[in-house]
Amino acid sequence: MGARRSRADATFKVIVIVFASSVLVLALLFFYEFGSAASQTLRLGLSFLSGSEWNPVDNVYGVLPMIYGSFVTSAIALVLGVPVSLGVAIFLSELSPRTLRAPIGFVVELLAAVPSVVYGLWGLLVFAPFLRTYVYPSIQSYLGFIPIFGGRLYSSSILTAGIVLAIMIIPIVSAVSRDALLAVPNSQREAAYALGATKSEAIQMSVLSYARSGILASIILGLGRAFGETMAVVMVVGNTPYISGSIFSPGYTLASLIANEYSEASSPTYISALVEAGLVLMVVVLLTNLAARYLIQRLGRNREAASYL
Amino acid sequence: MTSRRALKDRILIGLTFVCVVIAIVPLATILYYVTVRGLPAISLEFFTKVTPPPSVAEGMGNAVQGTLLLVGLATCIGIPFGVLSGVYISEYGKNLFGRTVRFFGDVLVGNPSIVFGLLVAIVIVSPTHGYSVVAGSVALGTLMIPIVTVATAEALKMVPNSIREASTALGVRKWRTSLLVVSNAKSGVATGALLATARIMGETAPLLLTAGSSTLWYNGLWRPVASLPSYIYLFGISPFPDWITLAWGAAFILIVIVMGINITVRMLTRRRSDAGG
Repeated sequence: MGARRSRADATFKVIVIVFASSVLVLALLFFYEFGSAASQTLRLGLSFLSGSEWNPVDNVYGVLPMIYGSFVTSAIALVLGVPVSLGVAIFLSELSPRTLRAPIGFVVELLAAVPSVVYGLWGLLVFAPFLRTYVYPSIQSYLGFIPIFGGRLYSSSILTAGIVLAIMIIPIVSAVSRDALLAVPNSQREAAYALGATKSEAIQMSVLSYARSGILASIILGLGRAFGETMAVVMVVGNTPYISGSIFSPGYTLASLIANEYSEASSPTYISALVEAGLVLMVVVLLTNLAARYLIQRLGRNREAASYL
Repeated sequence: MTSRRALKDRILIGLTFVCVVIAIVPLATILYYVTVRGLPAISLEFFTKVTPPPSVAEGMGNAVQGTLLLVGLATCIGIPFGVLSGVYISEYGKNLFGRTVRFFGDVLVGNPSIVFGLLVAIVIVSPTHGYSVVAGSVALGTLMIPIVTVATAEALKMVPNSIREASTALGVRKWRTSLLVVSNAKSGVATGALLATARIMGETAPLLLTAGSSTLWYNGLWRPVASLPSYIYLFGISPFPDWITLAWGAAFILIVIVMGINITVRMLTRRRSDAGG
């Protein structure tokens, strides 16, 4: 009896270990497969990363325009999305009446539940034409003298993709930074009030600075999301592999490159060029996630962190 | 002076409220447009007919079928692997291997979904020479594994140690104790699994690289298959008004299902945590 029971114990342990190994196998598979596929393009050498011409017909593969597009769209997303997210986080943790806190938090979290392809559809058919007609002309008439706001106006552009991404990162950035703000001890706020600070001064002086590494982590997580987002971007960015100085021009990102061209990639070199683009994408997102994980763990709140990564 | 500080205070507080409004407006307009443009496309034919050629108003029943099939098969991969990996991390994982699995689980949760699609495209699609239901399901399933793993591990961690200790003190074996812990955390585990299912239901990018697309009903596990998300994309970017209407219809169906799961799950868990607190 005892022996049978301990055998059951051992069997169960083996089963869970085998299943748990799947996570490791999956991770190793990523590095192995991507590494070996990418090694084909190593013959292209550094020109793959630094080349600004992407011309599969002539077997010329340079992903610099996509790297540029990924970083610029993500940067726009952060510039526009982070202040709004911080406002939401501050409202939810510091100012909101108790009865509003849960419903508003809930609605903002629902933004994360909308499938990205629906953002893309809405962005392509509703939001981009709206921006092109009503918003971009007035931006250009005031700021057109700055080169990044110059040139012709397109509805599918780097800026449109950046704005859609800004909306998409609001849920994660506001949720993580709200948790960071909620973790600030009340003594911090009370100390500021004791010095005669108003509510907003207390938030600026003591709450935000106390929570800054959590807020930084939320921003980095938002960067990772924006960088890896595919469907919404492929539908509104214009998918044009050129670096143009203006954010009103169409562009391309690493993720949208893969989604848009994988099905038509015919030659092995073309496919491995796309895989290597995927490798670059994965490494950048991996680094941002590791950085965010480190920051949140330093806060000693690693439990919550995991559910957002 | 004081009144200027008070005014500044009021303005800054007002600005945070403006931020809340800015965050909510996109959700509202998306839901509005998806309903107003999508609802008219929904009819019985939408579910019973297959993809039309442009300018013939028919349905996308094959995409509904494909999505149910892909998501169903993917959960058969994602939930067992995810839940058991989570059990390992929480109940057996206080060692280097456990911490490593946890680490890679966290890392893979943040991995862009298109990268999962690319992996499955290299490993399954290329060797078998084509898009298939199998490849699509594996892509969605592997995407699900780390999400369910992390959610399960977190849910099991919430179970108080006293339950494990009481069970062990009664002479119950470790594996039965682990099952007892799982049954104590079953609503947390189920929440994680359901939210992960809702998440993969809307995933598009991996399917474009693995399941491909098809204008026919399902006709074999190793054949390409249509799905709602890939049709939203392919029809949405098409120049044909009929197809675009169908894309809105597909978006409506998808939003109803995905939001329905999210709202139900969150309402249920909120009520439970309220009762607990």
